[in-house]
Amino acid sequence: MLSEFDKAILNAVQGEFPLESRPFAVLAKRLHTDETTLIARLTELKRDGYLRRLGAYFDSDALGYKGTLIALYVSPDKFASVIEAINRYDGITHNYEREGEYNLWFTLQTASESQRQIILDEIHGLPGVEKMLELRSAKKYKVRVQFRLD
Amino acid sequence: MLEEKDRKIVSALADGIPFVPRPYAVLAEKAGMEEEEFLSRLKDLKTQGILRRVGAVLQHRRAGFSANALCIWNVPEDRLDGVGAAVSREPSVSHCYSRETAPEWPYNFYAMIHAHSREVCESIADRISAENGLGERKTFYSVREWKKAAMRYFCENH
Repeated sequence: MLSEFDKAILNAVQGEFPLESRPFAVLAKRLHTDETTLIARLTELKRDGYLRRLGAYFDSDALGYKGTLIALYVSPDKFASVIEAINRYDGITHNYEREGEYNLWFTLQTASESQRQIILDEIHGLPGVEKMLELRSAKKYKVRVQFRLD
Repeated sequence: MLEEKDRKIVSALADGIPFVPRPYAVLAEKAGMEEEEFLSRLKDLKTQGILRRVGAVLQHRRAGFSANALCIWNVPEDRLDGVGAAVSREPSVSHCYSRETAPEWPYNFYAMIHAHSREVCESIADRISAENGLGERKTFYSVREWKKAAMRYFCENH
């Protein structure tokens, strides 16, 4: 169970993490605690699976990458092998099984058009992939993964 | 295009921020520069909008967000930007994109909605539809997350 202190920590680290030499100390001060306590608790929250990652998030377009969303219908008997093959690509960062006429949805980011096409052809050819939709992003309106804990 | 030093910074950050008192000093060493230069370049990347943010991402299911739906609509082209701006203001929406359509797939507007239950998720999606005068909606609830990783820029093996 998360304590009020844990929730305060998780809400705070989802905001802007300080770009300063001692960022945990800065954050700790705001949370009325100290650097050592905050680092120890964050380590535990990560170990216990509440915190996925503390990191830098870049604008993929600005780095020269193009993103696309792919929807597949994969036959149930081949599901495991298709997932294994798909998850091996570094450019595929999100892969979700969903309910509905398309049951596997993943995102792909590549630095070139040819690389994108090669990967998609490989995936289209996997045994069990019965339907495939490519939904290229046109405009990004929001990417802000923040979950407020009350 | 990014300078070589900035590319080194981006790639040094691929594994996230370490939980140590001076994390940027550790990352700077990986990137082959001093902490001061690392931080000042990182701040510049932020100002230029290349770095969106440094911060944490939760395991949302573990944190109680068990209903996660990809909601899809067909929005008239000339209304996309307005609807995109309105839907982006919703706190329960994490991702909102317009996308190209495909044959037999006229849907061009995508939003990820997260809630503590399907009931709440449906009511948010219904409200978004009503407030923006949107038509038919397709909803794809997540069943299982098979992969969620941060993109490792400039280090792909494929």
